[in-house]
Amino acid sequence: MKSLSLLAASLVCASAMSSAAFAQTTLTMWYHGAGNEVESNIINQIISDFNASQSDWVVEIESFPQAAYNDSVVAGALAGNLPDILDVDGPVMPNWAWSGYMQPLQIDETKIANYLPGTKGVWNGELYSIGLWDAAISLVTRQSYLDELGLRVPTLEQPWTGEEFMDALAKAKASGKFDYALDLGTAWTGEWYPYAFSPFLQSFGGDIVDRATYTTAEGVLNGDAAVEFGNWWQGLFTEGYAQATQDPADRDNGFNSGKYAFSWNGNWAALGTLDAYDDVLFLPAPDFGNGPKIGAASWQFGVSASSEHPEGASAFIEFALQDKYLAEFSNGIGLIPATASAAAMTENYKEGGPLAVFFELSEAQALVRPVTPGYVVAAKVFEKALADIANGADVQDTLDSAVNEIDADIAKNDNYGF
Amino acid sequence: MASKFTRSNSTGWMMAGPAAALMALFIVLPFIFAIGLSFTNQRLISPNPTQFVGLSNYSQLLGVGLLTLAPERDDAGAIVREANGSPTYPALRGYTRNNEGYPQLDGMREWFSISLGDSRTYVLARDVVFMKAVVNTVIFVLVVAPVQGGLALVLALLINQRLRGINFFRAIYFMPVVVSIVVVSLLWRFIYDGQSGLLNNLLSALTLGAFPRIDWLGNPSTALGAIIAMSIWQAVGFHMVIWLSGLQTISPSLYEAAAIEGASPWQTFRYVTWPGLRNTAVLVLIVITMQAFALFSQIDVMTSGGPLDSTQTIVFQAVERGYGKQDISGGSTISVILFVFVLAVSLLQRWLTREKK
Repeated sequence: MKSLSLLAASLVCASAMSSAAFAQTTLTMWYHGAGNEVESNIINQIISDFNASQSDWVVEIESFPQAAYNDSVVAGALAGNLPDILDVDGPVMPNWAWSGYMQPLQIDETKIANYLPGTKGVWNGELYSIGLWDAAISLVTRQSYLDELGLRVPTLEQPWTGEEFMDALAKAKASGKFDYALDLGTAWTGEWYPYAFSPFLQSFGGDIVDRATYTTAEGVLNGDAAVEFGNWWQGLFTEGYAQATQDPADRDNGFNSGKYAFSWNGNWAALGTLDAYDDVLFLPAPDFGNGPKIGAASWQFGVSASSEHPEGASAFIEFALQDKYLAEFSNGIGLIPATASAAAMTENYKEGGPLAVFFELSEAQALVRPVTPGYVVAAKVFEKALADIANGADVQDTLDSAVNEIDADIAKNDNYGF
Repeated sequence: MASKFTRSNSTGWMMAGPAAALMALFIVLPFIFAIGLSFTNQRLISPNPTQFVGLSNYSQLLGVGLLTLAPERDDAGAIVREANGSPTYPALRGYTRNNEGYPQLDGMREWFSISLGDSRTYVLARDVVFMKAVVNTVIFVLVVAPVQGGLALVLALLINQRLRGINFFRAIYFMPVVVSIVVVSLLWRFIYDGQSGLLNNLLSALTLGAFPRIDWLGNPSTALGAIIAMSIWQAVGFHMVIWLSGLQTISPSLYEAAAIEGASPWQTFRYVTWPGLRNTAVLVLIVITMQAFALFSQIDVMTSGGPLDSTQTIVFQAVERGYGKQDISGGSTISVILFVFVLAVSLLQRWLTREKK
């Protein structure tokens, strides 16, 4: 084996002298978007552009379905078999960085100076990942619904208060026109729960873990603010405003077919809603006392720790950070471009575009999920707690036991290095 | 008394060798690892070194405690009662969270409680979810083992006849077995759907709309039952085939003799068929029991343990912790506990079904 690679190396050296094209090093890349043709076309375009633009590196991509992607990376890391370039969901990045399967990016910081904050994956003061796009959530409804129910249109400057929001739900329910007042998307289990619902908790004044120390959840996930949030959350279901278990088909088409008055949904679903109605409104999150909040950070690119050519991997990522690619992703699959200049190049996010509001929401309300390696476990605990409370579990008990579980996990991991 | 094993039998060992080696490598060895890991704090992936933690994983999972509380009394000494007349008790979290007087209860949660007179005794568990998983798994086994075995026997008797087109029925009954359990679970999710599921539509059509629509998998009181019914249906064909093979080993001359003696169909079954199926019955019972303890895929696809932990199972918890929460030591501990549990049950079954001489 050794002599074989020696032979290969000497062959490469020999051919490098004769022809530069032979000196190309292959970089492997894993991506989470298998099954989405538009997305695959864009990423393949970037890769072939990159491969054609220089003669040192050749990037080869392997795509995974999103649902299996994180497990594949963990399994790959266990087997010592990671690619050079990875994409990673923003809140998961600290876990992968801490576990030692990602390394800091080597890209020019000035290139990302004007990127939306949610697109930058910073852990321990270093940039580990960067996103070409962000995602945002809004309260989707129609102007005609608001008019009919006699509700004011909330604005970024003056969002609905918690009372106004509940009043809106009560009026929507009383109108009798809808199956349910609010579509929360409870059909989407997994990361959707902490991504979409923990901002409500933060707006109440609680959080998943204490961001001052990152070593406990005591007091923030089971304190007064969190219990108030829990009671409100449970009320949504006991009052009949929303469904604790939802048919996935209703999540996809329910609002567009008039079953719900309001839908708590992301920008990626917005294009379909715009097709269904001509008076769609994307409203900011309500303010439950500590400011309106929505989640930030979507999928981002990073370099694996085991990569032998981090400079090549970083070169590819830096190459992908071009406004035209940001705009292409946005036009193709409706994502929020990471820069204002790229937004200006898109159909939907340019000044006055139908989705421009998401760019503003992202700038004004977005809060990243707790930046800690423990987030991966805390997110699962949080999801289970919310599902249990929605199904009628005692709020204080459920939050207490969630705190116990998160704290036990943090302790088991020596505070995750904090 | 030399058994066949200890006598020199090199051909036999050579034939068994490959399978035995593979089982040692992929089943026995990982299991020995699991026992070792259950005494450490091993994570799936972590930069921290693995440490020996003794039995703390076990005490974390199995720890239980008792707490008896007297009802709250007002200043006059009368019991404070709720609107429905039941006495009120002090909040449990006052005892289970940072109460220095009760260090042994710290971090525990109510599992269930019983009222004795005016006072109330709480059974607390350190890991209520695991306790519920154990109870659910035991319920699942207790229902599935007899019902699935019995149903499979009935089907086997029905198709063990020489009739035109009987192969059609054999194929139909066996079909669910060859379909992946994941696919079956996905299909049954549609059947059980709370809004427009097949089962709800069927029931409402049969009762002319009188039957209320039930969210079978979303309701804590029906979710486990729904999964039990579906699981029985899915694997019943497999055990039917085993019964069938047992039925066909019974000599036809015994049936002829019974017919000549004028035995009724029940007597034929009771005194000819059933004794002839003895060994088959033991096999079917043990196989179903072991498969039922390993309940995982249906849970993973259909409910993820919810709602309100009503469908948590031991294996689902082992995977959820070991892989989902990256806590390999916790998952290993659950596996070891499950192993001891299944071993005990199997030994008990063997003892109960032994040949009585």
